[in-house]
Amino acid sequence: MSEDPNDSHPSEGSEYAVVMRNVHKWFGPFHVLKDLNLNVARGEKIVICGPSGSGKSTLIRCINRLEEHQEGDIIVDGTELTNDLKHIDQVRSEVGMVFQHFNLFPHLTVLENCTLAPIWVKKMPRAEAEEIAMQYLERVKIPEQAHKYPGQLSGGQQQRVAIARSLCKRPRIMLFDEPTSALDPEMIKEVLEVMVELAGEGMTMLCVTHEMGFAKTVADRVIFMDGGEIIEQNSPQEFFDNPQHERTKLFLSQILDHT
Amino acid sequence: MAPVPYKVGEHPDLPPPVSVTGPLAWLRNNLFSSPTNIVMTLVSVWLLYELIPPMLDWMFFDAAFSGENRDACRAQAGGACWAFIAERFRLFTYGFYPAEERWRVNLAFVLLLAALVPVLYDRLPARKIGLYYSMAFPLIAGWLLLGGWGLAPVDTDQFGGFMLTLVIGVTGIAFSLPIGILLALGRQSSLPIIRLFCVGFIEFIRGVPLITLLFVASTMLNYFLPKGTVFDLLLRVLIMVTLFASAYMAEVIRGGLQAIPKGQVEAAEAIGMKYWQSMRLVVLPQALKISIPGIVNTFIGLYKDTTLVIIIGLLDPLGIGRSSLADTKWTGLHNEVYLFVAIFFFISCFSMSRYSLYLEKKLKTEHDH
Repeated sequence: MSEDPNDSHPSEGSEYAVVMRNVHKWFGPFHVLKDLNLNVARGEKIVICGPSGSGKSTLIRCINRLEEHQEGDIIVDGTELTNDLKHIDQVRSEVGMVFQHFNLFPHLTVLENCTLAPIWVKKMPRAEAEEIAMQYLERVKIPEQAHKYPGQLSGGQQQRVAIARSLCKRPRIMLFDEPTSALDPEMIKEVLEVMVELAGEGMTMLCVTHEMGFAKTVADRVIFMDGGEIIEQNSPQEFFDNPQHERTKLFLSQILDHT
Repeated sequence: MAPVPYKVGEHPDLPPPVSVTGPLAWLRNNLFSSPTNIVMTLVSVWLLYELIPPMLDWMFFDAAFSGENRDACRAQAGGACWAFIAERFRLFTYGFYPAEERWRVNLAFVLLLAALVPVLYDRLPARKIGLYYSMAFPLIAGWLLLGGWGLAPVDTDQFGGFMLTLVIGVTGIAFSLPIGILLALGRQSSLPIIRLFCVGFIEFIRGVPLITLLFVASTMLNYFLPKGTVFDLLLRVLIMVTLFASAYMAEVIRGGLQAIPKGQVEAAEAIGMKYWQSMRLVVLPQALKISIPGIVNTFIGLYKDTTLVIIIGLLDPLGIGRSSLADTKWTGLHNEVYLFVAIFFFISCFSMSRYSLYLEKKLKTEHDH
C-alpha cells in the first residue's frame, strides 16, 4: 500500500463520511478484500477502478451492507456497521446506491419506484413523497416519463430514474457501481451529466467506473484496486499522468488503448 | 400499382394491402394454407357434423324434462332423462342440509360472490373496505353454515353436494396461497431450521397421495388424539386438503421467486426496506405474477380433488350421484348424473382458467409496451 494520504492520520469521529479500517472480506475461501483502509472526507468524490474481480464492487457494497465484512471496522457517517439492524437501517438511510443494471422495480411506474422508500421506509404522506419524487425526476430531466413503466424507457433513462430513486431519500453519500457499463455509448453521456451535476452540489460520491473522462473532471481522488487491495491512490492528474505502480500502468495502458 | 416516388427519408407508413388483412385472407392463412391444412380442415368439419347434432339431440331435443321415474322418461323420449336431475337437484346442491335452513347456504353463496369481487378486480372504488370484508368472509360463512349465536346449529355431516365442494374448494384455495407463500419464502430462508422445516414439510406432503392424507384424517388421527376428543371430520379434511395444496403452491411460487433477479432485493435493501417490506412490495408482486398459470393450475387441481372425499364417506356431488343411482326408480341413468356433475365442475374450473388469462393479460399490458 503506497502513499495513502490518510495513513498517517487515523480518523476520529464523523469528520469523515466513510471510514474503513483493516477491512477483510471473504467469499467462501476466496479473500476478496485484504486489509483495506480508506477514509472518505465529506463531499469527497472518489473514483475506484481496477480489473474485474479486483474487489472494487465488493468494497462499495460493504459500505451499505449489501455485503458483510468479516474483519475490521466500517464507520459510515459516524455509525459503525455491525450486526445491529438499527445501525444498518441508519446507514442505509444515509447512503444511496446506483447499480450497473439499474435494478428498477419493473412492476411499478417510474414515480412509484421513486416514492416506494419514502412512503414505506420514511412513512411520508403520499402527496409529499410524490412532490419530492417529481423534483428529483426533473433534476435528472425525465419528469415527463413519471407514469411510464421502466420497461418502456431506454437504458440511459432507466439509469437516471435509478439515480432519482436513490436521491429521493435524501442520502448524504452516493455509491455508484459501474453505472454506465451496461449502457449503449450514446446513453452514457446523459447519465454522466447527471452525475457531474450531482458532484457539483457537494454530494459525497464513491464511484466504481472505467469512465476516465468522468474521473478527470469530477474525482478528487482515483483509487486503483487489484487482487483485493488498494494498489495506488492519487489525484486524477497524478494518477493518469504519473502512475507509480507497474500494475496501474498496465491497467491504464489497457483501458486507454481500448477507448 | 407503380410505387409512388417518395423522397428518401420521407416515406410515410402505409396501410398493408387488403389481401393480408381481410377475413378471406384469414381463412386462407389459417384454414386452407396448404394441402395438409385443407384436409385437416375438411376432416374437422366432418367430425363436428357427425358429433354435434346427435349430442344436441340427446341433451335437448330428444330429452325428457319431467316424469315420475325412469320409465316415464323413456316413454316420452329416447334421449336424456333430466327429470331425474330435477328431482335430485336440491340434494345435489345442499346435501342433507336441513331444508328450512337452506337459505343460509344461499346467503353464504351470495356473500361469497360479493367477497370475490374486491379480490378479483383491483379497479373497484373503495376496494380496501371490500378487502376487509373479504377477509372477514370465512368467519361469516362459518357462522352461517354451522350456526350458533342465534342460528340453529347444523352438523357438518349434513353438508353435501356442490355446497360441500365449494366449502372445501374455497377454503383450500383461500388458505393454501398464503401458506404456500410462507413455505416458499421459508424454503429460501437463511435460517437453517426454518429452511429444513419447510423443505421437510413440502417434500413429505408432496410425496404422499392426497387419498392417504384423507384416510389419515378420517381414521388414524383418532389413535393419536386423546380419547374422547371431538375433532370434526370435515375440519380435518379441510386441514389436509389445504396443507396438500400448500405444498404444491409453495413449489409453484418458489419457481416464481427464483426468476426474480437478486438485484431487485439488493435495490430494495439499498433504499432501506426491511425483509418483509421488500418481499411484499418488490419481490412477491413480480414472483406471483410469473406464477399465475401455476397457481391457478394448483387451484383447479385442488378443486377437482375435492371429489376424493367420497372415499372417506363425505357426500360430494359424485357421492350424491352414486347414491341417487342406487334408487330403483332411476337405475341406469349414469350419463345424466355424470354429465351434470361434469358441467358443474367445468363451469367452475373454466372460469378460474379464464380469470387467470385475464389477469395475465392485464398485468402484462401494464408493464410492457
